[in-house]
Amino acid sequence: MTLRTALTGVTAGLALALAASTASAQAPVKIGLITTLSGPGGYIGEDIRDGFKLAIKDGKLGGVPVEVIVEDDALKPGQGKQIAEKFMKNDGIKILTGIVFSNVASAVVPDVVDGGAMYVSPNAAPSNFAGKECHKNYFVVSWQNDSLHESAGQNATNLGYKKAFILAPNYPAGKDALTGFKRFFKGEIAGEIYTKLDQTDFAAEMAQIRAANPDVVFQFHPGGLGITFLRQYQQAGLKDKIPMVVAAPSLDATTVSAVGDAADGINASSHWNTDFDNPANKEFMAAWNKSFNRVPTYYASQSYDTALAIGAALKGTGGKVDVDALGAAMRKADFQSVRGKFKFGPNQHPVQDWFAVKAEKGADGKIAIVTKGVILKDHGDAYAAQCKL
Amino acid sequence: MTLVLEQVLNGLQLGVMLFLLAAGLTLVFGVMGVINLAHGSLYMVGAYAAAIVAAKTGSAVLSVLAGLGAAAVIGMIVELGVLRRLYARDHLDQVLATFALILIFNETTTLLFGRKPLFVSVPKMLEGSVELMPGFTYPIYRLAVIGVGLLVAVGLYVLINRTRIGMLVRAGATHRQMVRALGVDIRMIFTLVFGLGALLAGLAGLMAGPILSVQVGMGEQILILTFVVVVIGGIGSVRGALLGALIVGLVDTLLRAFLPGLLRQVMQGPDADALAAGVSSMGVYLLMALVLLVRPRGLFPAHA
Amino acid sequence: MTDAVSLPAPAMRKGAAVGWLAVAVLLAVFPTIADALGQPALVPLVGRILIYGMAAATLNLVLGYGGLVSFGHAAYFGLGGYVAGVMALSARNGDLAFGLFPGTDQLLVALAVAAVMGAVLAAVIGSLSLRTSGVQFIMITLAFAQMVYFLFLSLKAYGGDDGLPMRRRLGIGALDMRDDRVLYFVALTGAVIVFLVIWRITVSRFGRVLSGLRQNEARMQAIGIAPRRYRLVAFILAGAGASMAGVLMANQLRFVSPDMLHWTKSGELMIMVILGGVGTLAGPFLGAAALVGLETVLGAFTERWQLLLGPILLAVVLYTHGGIAGLVTKLVKGRAP
Repeated sequence: MTLRTALTGVTAGLALALAASTASAQAPVKIGLITTLSGPGGYIGEDIRDGFKLAIKDGKLGGVPVEVIVEDDALKPGQGKQIAEKFMKNDGIKILTGIVFSNVASAVVPDVVDGGAMYVSPNAAPSNFAGKECHKNYFVVSWQNDSLHESAGQNATNLGYKKAFILAPNYPAGKDALTGFKRFFKGEIAGEIYTKLDQTDFAAEMAQIRAANPDVVFQFHPGGLGITFLRQYQQAGLKDKIPMVVAAPSLDATTVSAVGDAADGINASSHWNTDFDNPANKEFMAAWNKSFNRVPTYYASQSYDTALAIGAALKGTGGKVDVDALGAAMRKADFQSVRGKFKFGPNQHPVQDWFAVKAEKGADGKIAIVTKGVILKDHGDAYAAQCKL
Repeated sequence: MTLVLEQVLNGLQLGVMLFLLAAGLTLVFGVMGVINLAHGSLYMVGAYAAAIVAAKTGSAVLSVLAGLGAAAVIGMIVELGVLRRLYARDHLDQVLATFALILIFNETTTLLFGRKPLFVSVPKMLEGSVELMPGFTYPIYRLAVIGVGLLVAVGLYVLINRTRIGMLVRAGATHRQMVRALGVDIRMIFTLVFGLGALLAGLAGLMAGPILSVQVGMGEQILILTFVVVVIGGIGSVRGALLGALIVGLVDTLLRAFLPGLLRQVMQGPDADALAAGVSSMGVYLLMALVLLVRPRGLFPAHA
Repeated sequence: MTDAVSLPAPAMRKGAAVGWLAVAVLLAVFPTIADALGQPALVPLVGRILIYGMAAATLNLVLGYGGLVSFGHAAYFGLGGYVAGVMALSARNGDLAFGLFPGTDQLLVALAVAAVMGAVLAAVIGSLSLRTSGVQFIMITLAFAQMVYFLFLSLKAYGGDDGLPMRRRLGIGALDMRDDRVLYFVALTGAVIVFLVIWRITVSRFGRVLSGLRQNEARMQAIGIAPRRYRLVAFILAGAGASMAGVLMANQLRFVSPDMLHWTKSGELMIMVILGGVGTLAGPFLGAAALVGLETVLGAFTERWQLLLGPILLAVVLYTHGGIAGLVTKLVKGRAP
């Protein structure tokens, strides 16, 4: 290792870093979409990306030409932050969106809003940003974690169950899930288990559920974990004995297609479903089915709504990228959501209806998620009171 | 009582899956001296090949053959193309190279089969549960997994200790030059051993299909646990891999099953649950650290 | 270790010293260059590379010079991150960080605390792990790091899996830590100090004993040297250094999460060292630049960046001996061996 070695090395490193971003100066409004495309969570990021792009008609959102730049955060908070910095500082992007996981959002969002840009969340919504740490440049179009599980608790109560066994992974969203469920479930809790986030075998838990013999099981296991859980629930012979109530993430379209019959008969609560009978949703579903050969997950619908919300804000400012003006226009939520009703609460998180849905076998023998009725109307979240905007 | 028995069976089933992965890893480790991080990728290959063939043909037999064949063939290609050139190199070079292979395997799988987890059903004849004792039923599929794993263990024992090939493998590990001097193509044997390890990983993958989520990155989730098994059992020892895997499977399952209940008797509910979840996650690592401190070469070292 | 890894010259040659100075000057004016190019985001990027380089350099002290393959270096890196995050949180809330000592909003205080805590953790882990060697050492260091990971994962007060955001960065006196350039120079200063300290260590008697133990333990024992003690000291120094790098990383990200403690982070640091060149002074920094730089460049170029990164890493292993540092040395020196 000599002087020249070191010099050559450093120059090479710099050259690489320089090539990292290519400056370009075009007229369209740039939107930075940071999402998770690699690893097990990659399918969620894919639906978020595709849902967002689907809302763009002829390169325009709200009549304003836009350009979406997509990058993969690989579920690493540091990488997400680095991409956000590049978007804001090198490319001058003022509108960011796309993050799937709350740990990435926790790292990225404070920098974005403090840096004078706005962040519109199509999925992740950590509770601290809904309460004390809320910010005028931060909007959530999806839902606040707790309200998701509150709707499941209410659903279980409505369905007349008295004794619930509840499970979630041992991490903040998992703990929020059980807390949210218990807040709205009126019956007794027969058992409560925290599973591991990297668990691949739930046999031990199945045996405990069987031993406790509850009326109903509530579980929150997003993505691959949920697929594993449902399969093993069926194989343990519990599916036909003890009914299950879940929230949307444990019964999305991908889960249903991956587990098949194991999903049959599960009750869920969701803010959106493919069969919603409103014009915006019909348009979304038609466009989706034309472009993609898969059933959209609710992540795709949230991202589509996010794009529409951004479009409405851009329309409101006449295409001017002024973050304060955009925020003011965004708060009106002047767009037709695929969920039907949609408005922002005082903390700029959604106030929306929650619906009971159920996985049922259709005439074609395939399992589909069918809407059954309303659980909660105009439901906001528990943290809005702590937010001083 | 039946609850304990059921949890023990669950532990055995997890242990058997770990054994299939660990057996290949420990052979490659012990015989060729290679640290292969991409072993989990071969597990993924087995799971994907079986899932896709099952979806296309609906035949369980074809899907099993596809899973085994794909894993073994791709394993041997990797050995011939990359690992063969690394036998003489430092362990660190092997780590970097096989890490690169993980990236390539994962992204290629995404490219070919998309990002969505695949659907795999339990074969018709293994569906449902059987009543082992009055009031105690257990899934047939899981019993079958335990059975297959134990059969493989017996088969491997016979292959390594009772056949000519096995003798050459053992000799090749300790006296490489001598075996070559006797006119044996040692490189061929290495390729075959690697292929065998890949085949076992593929078997684990295809059997995991109906139980777990078949998706990109599934190999890395179980890779570290497999290394734990190999080290606890003793590197290079198939017997060690079997016993290590069963111990790890049982410890992991039983801690998760019974620790929260035990802790709840001495402390408050939520605190007990949080502590139990933390301790049971650490359990196998604690076990490994203890084993290594007491017996640094593992419980059943290959050349005691 | 290969023979290519030799002991550095007892004292730095004059030419080399001038060269390193030139590199330092180039890095010092880098923010101006980045601004002139209209790429201000390169400044925090290179800052992050320098911090990763520091963490990798401390790993290289045990792995490259000491021949001890620690697969748990993220434990110290992440611990440092949590020291920064938790002390900042405690300063805001006015309670005790980890229930032990008051919080702070000063970076230097956090660095000192992190160095002590990193050293203590490394002393505990090292004194147990050094009873083993080889692959067993790799795995036992991994085991301890996993325990630390799961510990922080289950600490709900500090955010668990979601991590702990820092509302404000830790500061030094009146410096404006919101300015990327200030942060960059803090990272650069840290990197220079780490580089110089490791260089001093490698040319000291201690460093040579450490390398000697790697090359021939029996011979060193024959001349009356106790291997465990030397290795433990190196392990503790590396742990303290990595912990300090962790403070800087958390302070730059304004965020810390168990992601910093995960075994894949240990793996990443190890890959930086191998990629850059094991047992070389500049290797860890080159490796950090190459890995982070490639991820950024390829990630901006395509979603399928892993499909490009994989073969590049593979090519480095198969066709260079001694990583980037080895390759560059070979190129500079021409065909001569």
